[in-house]
Amino acid sequence: MTAQSWGLLALLLAVTLLAVKPLGLYMARVMEGEPVPGLGLGARIESWLYRLCGVDPAAQMGWKHYALALLVFNVLGVLLLYAMQRLQGWLPLNPQHLGPPSADSAFNTAVSFVTNTNWQSYTPETTMSYLTQMAGLVVQNFLSAATGIVVAVALIRGLARHSAKTIGNFWVDVTRATLYVLLPIATVIALALVSQGVIQNLSPNQHATLLQPVTYQQPLTAAAGAPRMQTVTTGTQTLPMGPVASQESIKELGTNGGGFFNANSAHPYENPNAWSNLLEMLAIALIPAALTYTFGFMVGDTRQGWAVLAAMMIMFVGLYAVCNHSEQRGNPALSALGVSQLPSSQQSGGNMEGKEVRFGIAGSTLFSTLSTVTSTGAVNAMHDSYMPIGGMVPLLDMMLGEVVFGGVGSGLYSMLIFAIIGVFIAGLMIGRTPEYLGKKIEAFEMKMSAIAILVMPFIVLTGTAIAVSVAAGRAGVANPGPHGFSEILYAFTSAGNNNGSAFAGLSADTPFYNTALGIVIWLGRFWPIVAVLAIAGSLAAKKRIPVSAGTMPTHGPTFIALLIGTVLLVGALTFVPALALGPIAEHLMLWSH
Amino acid sequence: MKTILRPAVTLLLVMTLITGVIYPLVVTGVAQVAFPAQANGSLIRRNGQVIGSRLIGQPFSAPQYFWSRPSATSPQPYNGLASGGSNLGPTNPALIAAVKARIAALHAADPDNRALIPVDLVTASASGLDPDISLAAAYYQAGRVARARHVSVRQVRALIAARARGGELGVLGTPRINVLELNLALDAMK
Repeated sequence: MTAQSWGLLALLLAVTLLAVKPLGLYMARVMEGEPVPGLGLGARIESWLYRLCGVDPAAQMGWKHYALALLVFNVLGVLLLYAMQRLQGWLPLNPQHLGPPSADSAFNTAVSFVTNTNWQSYTPETTMSYLTQMAGLVVQNFLSAATGIVVAVALIRGLARHSAKTIGNFWVDVTRATLYVLLPIATVIALALVSQGVIQNLSPNQHATLLQPVTYQQPLTAAAGAPRMQTVTTGTQTLPMGPVASQESIKELGTNGGGFFNANSAHPYENPNAWSNLLEMLAIALIPAALTYTFGFMVGDTRQGWAVLAAMMIMFVGLYAVCNHSEQRGNPALSALGVSQLPSSQQSGGNMEGKEVRFGIAGSTLFSTLSTVTSTGAVNAMHDSYMPIGGMVPLLDMMLGEVVFGGVGSGLYSMLIFAIIGVFIAGLMIGRTPEYLGKKIEAFEMKMSAIAILVMPFIVLTGTAIAVSVAAGRAGVANPGPHGFSEILYAFTSAGNNNGSAFAGLSADTPFYNTALGIVIWLGRFWPIVAVLAIAGSLAAKKRIPVSAGTMPTHGPTFIALLIGTVLLVGALTFVPALALGPIAEHLMLWSH
Repeated sequence: MKTILRPAVTLLLVMTLITGVIYPLVVTGVAQVAFPAQANGSLIRRNGQVIGSRLIGQPFSAPQYFWSRPSATSPQPYNGLASGGSNLGPTNPALIAAVKARIAALHAADPDNRALIPVDLVTASASGLDPDISLAAAYYQAGRVARARHVSVRQVRALIAARARGGELGVLGTPRINVLELNLALDAMK
């Protein structure tokens, strides 16, 4: 690893850490219903909104009521987004006159954006109207992130409250998370991104006259048999336009990841330079990291939050180092051809296939790692072209359950489930009743935790197995050998974890993949959420047991090590065989001769 | 169920209005006033005509221009409506074949240059629209460009050095140069 690679990591972590306490505290105040200074307008909108909805903001919900409200709200979101896509041809703000996407593609996209996944089987530039992007996709970028936050907060309340029947009010929580947390920060980041060159307009596409005309081969109109090619020369380049910055900021801040353009954050209009790249990475890490402080504050012991954050950071540094090292080392097959891949003062070197020069190896691998340990799935480099081990890291990041920072909200609640499993394992080892934050962990919590943790590997591995067994699944593969298997495994891992990044060579815009991945995405999101809310309800109802000599402290190094061990063990046990067939096999092939 | 449906529908519609209409329009309005050049694509105009964007690369194959990175967009390279990478895996024979062809083209245009070729010059970018090449890739091409333009290599190297960027805050940017701007500067040199 180069000094620059370490330096960039240190810079990102330092800035993130500075924001953890103030933002964490702010979010705790917002979610506990306190008035927010300076946002009086928000308070007026809020009370008007509750009246319009017929909601009593003081009324509290039990976990079943909370879960039902969440599910209904999200199902309606899917229906609205599906309808908006299919009707975009008749709706305004469609300067390129784009027609509707196919039914299976629209279904996949609707589910994908509502679940914070943002898997994209379509090519945005030529599929989605400005209206669909901003009033459809952006809305779900906000609401899916808010949904994640409120589930995490509900679980925190379950731990913080005792002998209580309720875990909060879903409508109030979603409204406050959106209005006071996501919206203001997204606005600031959007404008900062514009200042760096991210576009923000409603103009139709621009046409530029090329300095040197380009000659290329283009297939003649699709006729039967072998396509004939014709030589074409063009002197113009079409420059796509659109309201990009407003989508880009919430795409990162909400750990959504759905790009305005096909190349996602690798597109210069989404991510024009090293500053915007840093800002986007910061936006990804900000809320998931700060929520650990919110957690500590709300349960009355901030050390608990720092311990969880420490476990996340340690794993993050390790994963990034492996990915960075593998990419910086470069491709031995290219070195053999007389290509220079060594880093120097004139180039970043390394494996540059599918990477942008302005990000180099450090900016690309740090973004990839961050984007996949969280549920973001935005990419500023093409993971499909990573070296076998470099590409295995994003895959592994997701397989670990996206608990290193993790998705907005979903990272924290998933990590707390691992904490519950961790104290349970520790309890078994030392022969005591497991407890976490004064709550006894019993059979019901363990059943629900097991469901929350095991659903993902189950649907990922089952989905992959089906896809490699049927012709429709194998047809999408773009690269031969183990790498082709990795493409399919990556797709289902990304879907099951609501990540949305891809080994993008896979042709996934087919009825088979749109449907199969849509189902996996849906189950991967809401099955664990319902289990987590059930745990929240059960914990809230329990009495708090006082700390005794037999209580295992959950804020020290021992607990941090236990937590990391639990995450790695569960991830490794379930996925090592699959990884051996894909990236590990490919790595051995590449370096054996 | 009605106690859930009414707030769900209302909240979804109001949030669509706030985050899907008001928010993007407000950001657009402020951006158009505060940063109009950036918000509209960092376009480069000559005689009123748009000749490109500072941020979007263009393809070059003539010897008197610095070449951009290979682009995997289809059907033509640097197609602004089809951004994306090749997605070829590191062990894919198609990747090796493509790199070999690019090396051959570079050697054909500059037969006496036997230096190692900087990796970014023979690999396709992620977006297919990469506006930059590494400094190494620029210096690698300096001799060819100088010969084709009948100017000294020293002049061309000085032009590169003057436009080199990178190393923001010591750790941020990589050593790089904007190809379109460099080529425009070359044309202006005469």
